[in-house]
Amino acid sequence: MDAIDRDIINTLQSGFPICERPYAEAAAALGIEEAELLQRLKQLLADNKLSRFGPMYQAEKLGGAFSLAAMQVPEEEYDNVAQVVNSYPEVAHNYQREHAFNMWFVLATETPQRVDEVNADIARRTGLPVFNMPKLKEYYVGLRLTAES
Amino acid sequence: MYMHVAKEYSTLEKEAHPVVLDEIDRRIVLATQHGLPLEPRPYHVIAAQLGISAEEVMQRLRRMQASGVIRRIAAVPNHYALGYRGNGMTVWDVPDEHIDELGRRVGELEFVSHCYQRPRHLPDWPYNLFAMVHAPSRDEALQLVENIAALLGKHDRGHSVLFSSRILKKTGLRFQP
Repeated sequence: MDAIDRDIINTLQSGFPICERPYAEAAAALGIEEAELLQRLKQLLADNKLSRFGPMYQAEKLGGAFSLAAMQVPEEEYDNVAQVVNSYPEVAHNYQREHAFNMWFVLATETPQRVDEVNADIARRTGLPVFNMPKLKEYYVGLRLTAES
Repeated sequence: MYMHVAKEYSTLEKEAHPVVLDEIDRRIVLATQHGLPLEPRPYHVIAAQLGISAEEVMQRLRRMQASGVIRRIAAVPNHYALGYRGNGMTVWDVPDEHIDELGRRVGELEFVSHCYQRPRHLPDWPYNLFAMVHAPSRDEALQLVENIAALLGKHDRGHSVLFSSRILKKTGLRFQP
């Protein structure tokens, strides 16, 4: 990653134009050519420096729901349980964390009821309780990660 | 002294009214939820797939963005790959009667990327306030946790930091056709 890659990541975290040649417009603001921006974005995605690039949809606004859920998974069952949890397309993210509650996943579902259905299904298949922790209030959501050298 | 300026503040009340999307909007969501085409005219590529005009795709995307269905069109960085090794979910047990004010103040801290109220699950889980902190190292992240503890003062009835050790999945939202 060089200074241009960092500039791309920092700038494109906050938005991207909707117009006929949006990469050309974004590239001009970055002081590079359209073809170079496209090439670098492909590389950043291939290297997993970027998880994705595109519209960030809000499940709640689509009539669905987002919910965080947590499990306490015994070490010897961990990989099997991760496989079960990850097999649901509704599971958008899943993180291992260092705590008795060691598996944390986010569900993005098309209907609010589907959160409970998926959690119940995971609990049934793994034999472990699933603690649903939907957000009750949102105080801040932002992206403030800065790619630095 | 803290300036009480919420940069972005919303509640479930605001989110209680879903936007009605028609079949074409829905097809645009399905066509773009994996990512935007990396082609000079990405909206034309989507338009060709759906058999509609690029102008219509762009209009509908603008409308979905204006109504909040799309938070933004953007690059989502991978924290680890960018050198952030101290990614901690800090969780706090604070009195319910003060949580809104405390949540706003914690959310204003520059190193907090997300701040939410979530339900307790007693006795296993006593924490009701969640704040994500990101730092280059765990030691630096733990110092940020001390800053939050100082801000909460006597309202901090207990807290914990859960560092992530592995990303098991990170695909984002995927609706099924």
